[in-house]
Amino acid sequence: MLVPDDLKYAETHEWIRTEGGIGTVGITDHAQAELTDIVYVELPQVGTRLEPRRAAAVVESVKAASDIYSPVSGEVFEINSELESNPALVNTDPYNAGWLFKLKLSNPEEISSLKTATEYMTQIGA
Amino acid sequence: MVSDFATLPPRRTPLYTEHLKLGAKMINFGGWKMPVFYSSILEEHQAVRQHVGIFDISHMGQIRVSGPSAVRWLNTLLTNDLQRLKTCDGQYTLLLNEQGGVLDDLIVYFRGNNDYFLVVNAAKIEEDFDWMQSRLLADVALSNLSDHFAALAVQGPASAELLRGFGDLPIRNKIQEFRIQGIPVLLARTGYTGEDGFELFYPAAAAAAVWNQLLVLGVPLGVKPCGLGARDTLRMEVCYPLNGADLSPLRTPLEAGLGFFVDLKKSEFVGRSTLLTQKEAGLKQRLVALKADGKSPPLRAHYAVFVGDAQVGELTSGTQSPSLGIGIGLGYVDTPFSNPGQKVEIDVRGRRFPATVEKKPLYKKGC
Repeated sequence: MLVPDDLKYAETHEWIRTEGGIGTVGITDHAQAELTDIVYVELPQVGTRLEPRRAAAVVESVKAASDIYSPVSGEVFEINSELESNPALVNTDPYNAGWLFKLKLSNPEEISSLKTATEYMTQIGA
Repeated sequence: MVSDFATLPPRRTPLYTEHLKLGAKMINFGGWKMPVFYSSILEEHQAVRQHVGIFDISHMGQIRVSGPSAVRWLNTLLTNDLQRLKTCDGQYTLLLNEQGGVLDDLIVYFRGNNDYFLVVNAAKIEEDFDWMQSRLLADVALSNLSDHFAALAVQGPASAELLRGFGDLPIRNKIQEFRIQGIPVLLARTGYTGEDGFELFYPAAAAAAVWNQLLVLGVPLGVKPCGLGARDTLRMEVCYPLNGADLSPLRTPLEAGLGFFVDLKKSEFVGRSTLLTQKEAGLKQRLVALKADGKSPPLRAHYAVFVGDAQVGELTSGTQSPSLGIGIGLGYVDTPFSNPGQKVEIDVRGRRFPATVEKKPLYKKGC
């Protein structure tokens, strides 16, 4: 299971990459492997204000729909529209092409409360 | 359904450790711990549509009914007419409650000599058996053989090729005795996928031997072990109902569109009078097949079906069809809106997606 060192992780299996007040969010390799066969992704609208631990997106596999939570609070300013035609990118490239949404962080300090790669690996038993 | 089993630990089939060895993701289903997939539901689905897939169906139940009055007695409990069966024939049929609601759907095979072999749903084994036992006649023998049998479904266009090396194969809907490396197998040409295929019933002690043998032999044919996920998408594409989802004690087989398997001309069977009344009065709702008109989230059970502002029904099953690449579902819809071609909308988390009532099956070979 890939768990890149430069990302932070939520217990609910989302990752966030931060750069100058902007956070990019996706789901982890472990999460995509558990879900398998993602066939539909429902993303938040640009401008939506997200709160941590609240449903922000829905990722649907053949078998089930799963809520995706925003790891931190912020305002959505870009979504990965590529997933509309190719939702399987979440399976094949969860940390890059399979990103879900970007948000302007409203409280950058929240990042420090998220898990490090090592802590997340411990959580999933990797 | 889940709550019925919440107090008991899930049961394991004799292939449980084989599933773990293959890295299966295991889930609870009908009181059993079963593989939902090994690699991917989509890959397993395609293996069955294009090559051959093997499913562990050992969780399903086997009930034997025999004796001089077996056929007469079974005919009072099951909806289809067993008198029509010739030796080795299989028949899809339903077990109803007094109100005409579905307790279970099953296949009964006639082995000859007043001997019947029933294959019932995993979650219903004890309930079916108790229901039958409480109505038993003196010269009918009834036994629950479920723990003695392992069972596999070998499904897909290459399934006959995989099994042919072991002996002559039955034709569609028939059952016969068979051997795989000396192991006695009851081999039926039946299935739940819409493909050519077989169901194998054999001693539980030989569960892994036959399973592994077929998986190894099938490699050149593109065989895959397949889980309940693919079993569900395959059966939905061909609109086979799932008991506990599309069938329930609150729905009759007429509402479920299974009238073909109900012989109302039989003098008496449990539930018959309700069905006659219902037929006379007309059905309020029917189980229909629905297909999304365009891109939509996968359809799911319990999504509401609308025509204009009025809710006209609810889905009982749904998925994204791997073969068609579009949302499909089964659901009960008010009769006036249940004809093929009817335009509806399906509510998904507060958004409406257009869909159409379609003829069953939704998927046909070569489409």
